[in-house]
Amino acid sequence: MAKVYFSAGLREFTGGVSQVQVQASNVRRLVAALDDMFPGIGERLSEGSSVAIDGEILTDADFESVPEDAEVHFLDILQGG
Amino acid sequence: MALTEENPGYKWVGTRPIRPDGLEKVTGKAQFGADLALPGMLYGRIVRSPHAHARIVSIDTSAAESMPGVKAVVTGSDFPDLAANGAHPSAIDVSHNAIARDKVLYDGHVVAAVAAVTREQAAAAANAIEVAYEVLPHVLTVDEAMAENAPLLHEGMITKGVEPTPEQPSNVASRLTHERGDLEQGFGEADVVVEQEFTTKPVHQGYIEPHAAVADANSDGRANIWCSSQGHFQMRADTASVLGVSQGTLKVTAAEIGGGFGGKTVIYLEPIAVRLSQRAGRPVKLVMDRDEVFRATGPTSGTRMKVKMGVSNDGKLTAAEVWMAFEAGAYAGSPVGAAGMTVLAAYDIPHFLVEGYDVVCNKPRVAAYRAPGAPQAAFAVESVLDELARGIDMDPIDLRLANAAVEGTQAAYGPKFPRIGFVETLEAIKEHPNYTTELGPNQGRGVAAGFWFNAGMSSSATVHVNENGTATVVTGSPDIGGSRQSMALMAAEELGIPYESIKPVVADTETVGFTDVTGGSRVTLATGAAVVDACRIVIEDLRARAAKTWDVELDQVEWVDGQAQHVEGSQPPLSLNDLAAKSARTGGPISANASLNARGVGAAFSTQVCDVEVDPETGVTQVVRYLTAQDAGRAISPDYVEGQMQGGVVQGIGWGLNEEYVYDQNGNMENPSFLDYRMPVASDLPMIECCVVEVPNPAHPYGVRGVGEVGIVPPMAALGNAIKDATGVRMTELPMSPIKVLEALNEQSD
Repeated sequence: MAKVYFSAGLREFTGGVSQVQVQASNVRRLVAALDDMFPGIGERLSEGSSVAIDGEILTDADFESVPEDAEVHFLDILQGG
Repeated sequence: MALTEENPGYKWVGTRPIRPDGLEKVTGKAQFGADLALPGMLYGRIVRSPHAHARIVSIDTSAAESMPGVKAVVTGSDFPDLAANGAHPSAIDVSHNAIARDKVLYDGHVVAAVAAVTREQAAAAANAIEVAYEVLPHVLTVDEAMAENAPLLHEGMITKGVEPTPEQPSNVASRLTHERGDLEQGFGEADVVVEQEFTTKPVHQGYIEPHAAVADANSDGRANIWCSSQGHFQMRADTASVLGVSQGTLKVTAAEIGGGFGGKTVIYLEPIAVRLSQRAGRPVKLVMDRDEVFRATGPTSGTRMKVKMGVSNDGKLTAAEVWMAFEAGAYAGSPVGAAGMTVLAAYDIPHFLVEGYDVVCNKPRVAAYRAPGAPQAAFAVESVLDELARGIDMDPIDLRLANAAVEGTQAAYGPKFPRIGFVETLEAIKEHPNYTTELGPNQGRGVAAGFWFNAGMSSSATVHVNENGTATVVTGSPDIGGSRQSMALMAAEELGIPYESIKPVVADTETVGFTDVTGGSRVTLATGAAVVDACRIVIEDLRARAAKTWDVELDQVEWVDGQAQHVEGSQPPLSLNDLAAKSARTGGPISANASLNARGVGAAFSTQVCDVEVDPETGVTQVVRYLTAQDAGRAISPDYVEGQMQGGVVQGIGWGLNEEYVYDQNGNMENPSFLDYRMPVASDLPMIECCVVEVPNPAHPYGVRGVGEVGIVPPMAALGNAIKDATGVRMTELPMSPIKVLEALNEQSD
């Protein structure tokens, strides 16, 4: 299962939980699974986050594969200059 | 100077040919935003608020409308109420920033616009528009905006990211935190702890070309826009949103651009030009003057920051605590989020807490500026690191080497780093002769480092092979930093034909697939990957055509040095020219498209060392020597890479020593011109020496990381650290202008 880590800003949705393990084949299913666990977090993750899977930061990556033992972080979307 | 991990034997990548846009620019033929003229075109003029914060009581346009030559007048009431339509809050902010509705929120905020036959008529009519204001109290800094009972810009603004959710509105849009470990334990393990507070002022990107747009609206609801922007697809989307029309009704063409640095990712003139054109039935041109650029387009944030860090005597950082508040200007959206993520990212620190606040105030809405948020954050942290190095009597580069993030380090913002080149940039500086050059009287040396993520995002490219074997490479990335040359070099490398045979073109929104903005140091990586993909599709096509010509299987054909070769050498090679000339016989024109959401973004690091000389009588700081080392991944176009590195440093020097927005007590900007807003010029500076470090990004076909932003992250701290070395004084406020340095020197002597 993938290990999903929540930044301090996301922990308001998780009741303070900082890390969970989730089985999901891609990012969209991962977000859906997290929303089942922590209602409301799905919209926040879908609208305002990039995702880092094993260190690689991706945007709009709904169908990106999530490897079995992946380390997943959700990050604020960044603006570059 | 370049440090390269490997020599891949490229023929074109890494060379320094003549830039494709050079001739037109030096001969004055290049068409910038203000250069376009259309038959019957009118000239527009914007009416701007003279107040920092005021309610619009009434706008009387009747006198202006009856003046000679006036063809159209618009105010906020001519644009849809996005709030009533349930639009996303960020879209409402974009709309209200483009033209005010009920309130003006900063000096320079747009309240109306006119279009007339001549510039003079437009200016006279703009002056005749009567706006009645109810002036409101204003706030200009994070301290004023966060104070108890501060005047509110947005009465419905409830701070996000705070538990429990506040019941009362404030000027704080959001709060963020990043934390790890146990701060008390971390500081308990430290032998030296340094705690300091820093402030920075808003600074402008300072692009030489002011914003400009021409709109030509048709009676069928469609409109063409030509504008100076970093992303014409973004301009199309935001303009359509403000106008309340479908994106498909707008065609946007990117003009040549005279600098952007993040500041031209935002719409200002475009929707107003379209609406004026619709009202007048004629094309309308709007061009800002420098006063308008300063007063009404986004600078980057002024800030207040507090940093506390601890280190053990062996040079290991044990803990860090960072508090930062960033001015967002009139609407939420400062780069404090990126600042919070970057502030400690370069180092492996076991215990930390980062807390950030996004704060609105009565200044122009901030816009992106190279590595948004990171330079301010680095000024604070890299200054404290310098104090820590002094506290344990350790070389400042050795301190950074002892704590530098490497592959596998858990970044402070979350994920583990892939292969990165921070250590290589530190070592490059340490090994360079500049680092040990003897200093003269009143001189000092400062070191600082910086990190930036870089970005990927969406890009498209089309490659056409012309009948004579040359190729046209079409992208949707406005060229602000040499991307056309980089695209041509990669295409030449892929196709195996001379660089001079490639024509790189930036196409409009109806001619090439969607492409995100030229920002985030992403174009060479992402659009470059799309170009490479398109070239590889073309090559597969060419191999198939050669196989057809020779009546052999596809696997009998390989593409080498710009020609199809039979693997056993039984056929004479077919060049691209040969295949292109007979393309009709083998299937028709040769062309390919590629679009992608880029993967494999490679982070960027820069380490810089500067030597300054401080005049103890005047406080003037002269930069006498400057060296920057930056990991480019792979320098596709070394000339442009060095230009980006040098440009970032020069802007950082201006930010560090001179530049600042100055406001009077009424909230009016006092220095909206290049005479009073002092940016460095060539005669102020030594040659900025570059050391291009190449630690290839393994996820990109040519190892690209992106180079446009990180160079501006370290300079302010490097300068402050050098001033400390020269004088013994720690400067904690930007800019470190002569008067402030002199005051600090005087306080020291007292």
